[in-house]
Amino acid sequence: MTHLKPINQKANRVVDHVKAEAEGPVKADVVALQQTTPQQPHFPLGCSLVFSPGWEADSTGGTAGLCQPVERDIFDCHIGCFWPAQVPDQLNHAPDWTAKCASAQKDWRKLDLVFPG
Amino acid sequence: MITLSRREFHLFQAAGQDFLYLVPSAAIFALDQPSAAVLNVLGNASRSDDDIVAALAGRFDEVAARAAIRELVEVRAIGYEQRPDPVLPKMLPMAAFPLNTMVLNVTNQCNLACTYCYEYGEDKIVDTEHGKQSKFMSEATARESVEFLLKESGPSRIAHLTFFGGETLLNFPVLQATIAYARQRAAEVGKTIDFSLTTNATLLKPEIIEFLAENQVGVTISIDGPQELQNRFRVFHNGAGSYEVVAPKIKELLKRHRSRPIGARVTLTSDTLDITRIYRHLTEEMGFWEVGFAPVTTSPQQQYAIGEHGFDKMLGQFRALAHEFLENVAANKHHGFSNVKDTLEEIHKGVSKAYPCGAGLGLLGVSTDGDVALCHRFAGSDAHKFGTVRDGIDRETQRAFLEDHHVADKTDCQKCWARPLCSGGCYHEAHVRYGTTTRPNLHYCEWIRGWTDTCLQIYGELSERNPDFLARFDREEVKAEAVL
Repeated sequence: MTHLKPINQKANRVVDHVKAEAEGPVKADVVALQQTTPQQPHFPLGCSLVFSPGWEADSTGGTAGLCQPVERDIFDCHIGCFWPAQVPDQLNHAPDWTAKCASAQKDWRKLDLVFPG
Repeated sequence: MITLSRREFHLFQAAGQDFLYLVPSAAIFALDQPSAAVLNVLGNASRSDDDIVAALAGRFDEVAARAAIRELVEVRAIGYEQRPDPVLPKMLPMAAFPLNTMVLNVTNQCNLACTYCYEYGEDKIVDTEHGKQSKFMSEATARESVEFLLKESGPSRIAHLTFFGGETLLNFPVLQATIAYARQRAAEVGKTIDFSLTTNATLLKPEIIEFLAENQVGVTISIDGPQELQNRFRVFHNGAGSYEVVAPKIKELLKRHRSRPIGARVTLTSDTLDITRIYRHLTEEMGFWEVGFAPVTTSPQQQYAIGEHGFDKMLGQFRALAHEFLENVAANKHHGFSNVKDTLEEIHKGVSKAYPCGAGLGLLGVSTDGDVALCHRFAGSDAHKFGTVRDGIDRETQRAFLEDHHVADKTDCQKCWARPLCSGGCYHEAHVRYGTTTRPNLHYCEWIRGWTDTCLQIYGELSERNPDFLARFDREEVKAEAVL
């Protein structure tokens, strides 16, 4: 470093780290066990981007014993994910679309069609 | 377009130079002209590399400007907006963090009745008059506490035992017996215990002074300054001032006890805010080696509480005395303003705290009955209990405490550049002000930032004028008291 002059102990450690990084991936970097992993993008359960057995078919190849209800994706795809699920525009035209659906797993039948008003 | 913008840092000037205090790493760099100019040109906007280089053309050539940008990016003073710094994980300390300092409240009784006292005044946490805790610690409990300290200090070779009160010397017999016992037990397990105490000096007498000197017990005297300031709050139960009683005893102590530097600890209130005068009196007239100041901990409605205006005044006075410290130290002369020296040491090491102090971690308080608490100020409080000296530290409570008090969870602190050193401030202060230890002390943020800025400037000045002084902090074994 020619423009920045390290003054305290921590600054010297920062410089050492920058140097080590410049020489390639930092080797023997100790990572504590309790250190949380870097933030991953959110993949909803059953997302087609991740292999998640028990989502599309149960152990017999049918759909009777799925480990997650298929209705989950109504919310996981269009709220938590970038994937544009086909749902009514809840911001402008149908703000109460989910009002009667407290739990998708139980109340999904209450999600009705929306007709242009 | 890929653009650069500022990350978190605080700029300060010292010795005619620009310095950068990075947050949260707490690293300090001196800037040369091109790098200072880059930060200046960037301001609070976001601009591309080329844009910055173009703005600096005529003053610095392109090679220098680009190199300065690169270095600033490397130390994370600035960064590309499209490439945010990784989010710092909230790391809790290791499960069995070794206990470094145990503060033993050998009594909760006091022969003084200082009006502002957090232990007896209106803001007290524990009822020491009619509460369930004993008024004096028994020798048996003190011994159990020593065993607790030796065990919980884990792999550390040295542990610190501080005697506290109430007025510590009201229970001198137990203190005396405990030191003898602790010495013997520490030797048996191959450790060293360092002893210290805090006292109001009213009960000092030749035998006690002799004992403290012989046993190298570190002594801190609570005293507020010259006669009328000391007698304003530090009074006996009948209202009589204590200055006349303590002054000759302190002089006697300072004369005989030369094995450790002896410090004064001053409580500042709105009525006694005259720092330079207090400092002069305690060092030049009394002979203290060091003086440390702390604003009184109290709820804001108390008349003696230091209000917003008072904090400004206090900062001005702290700055004046800090400057005197700087001039002395630059000339290799001792100066006993301990608030500065302690902060300089933390700045030098680049401390970046997840918690404001060691309470609940490396420091614990023990009540007269042997209950272990967050710190001595909470000793005896059931709500802040961390176990007992007999059953050990309640690790679950400790973990929950550390989980709830991490600076990562103090939303207000996340935007403050002073958080590496402050981390939200004293738990006890927060408890008294806001009723909970989890809150950051927002009432003194401006004061903390002002004072931290002053200490950074002094650090910057000393890095130019007397780097040898700062280099002493590099040696692990050098404790603050041994420096100059």
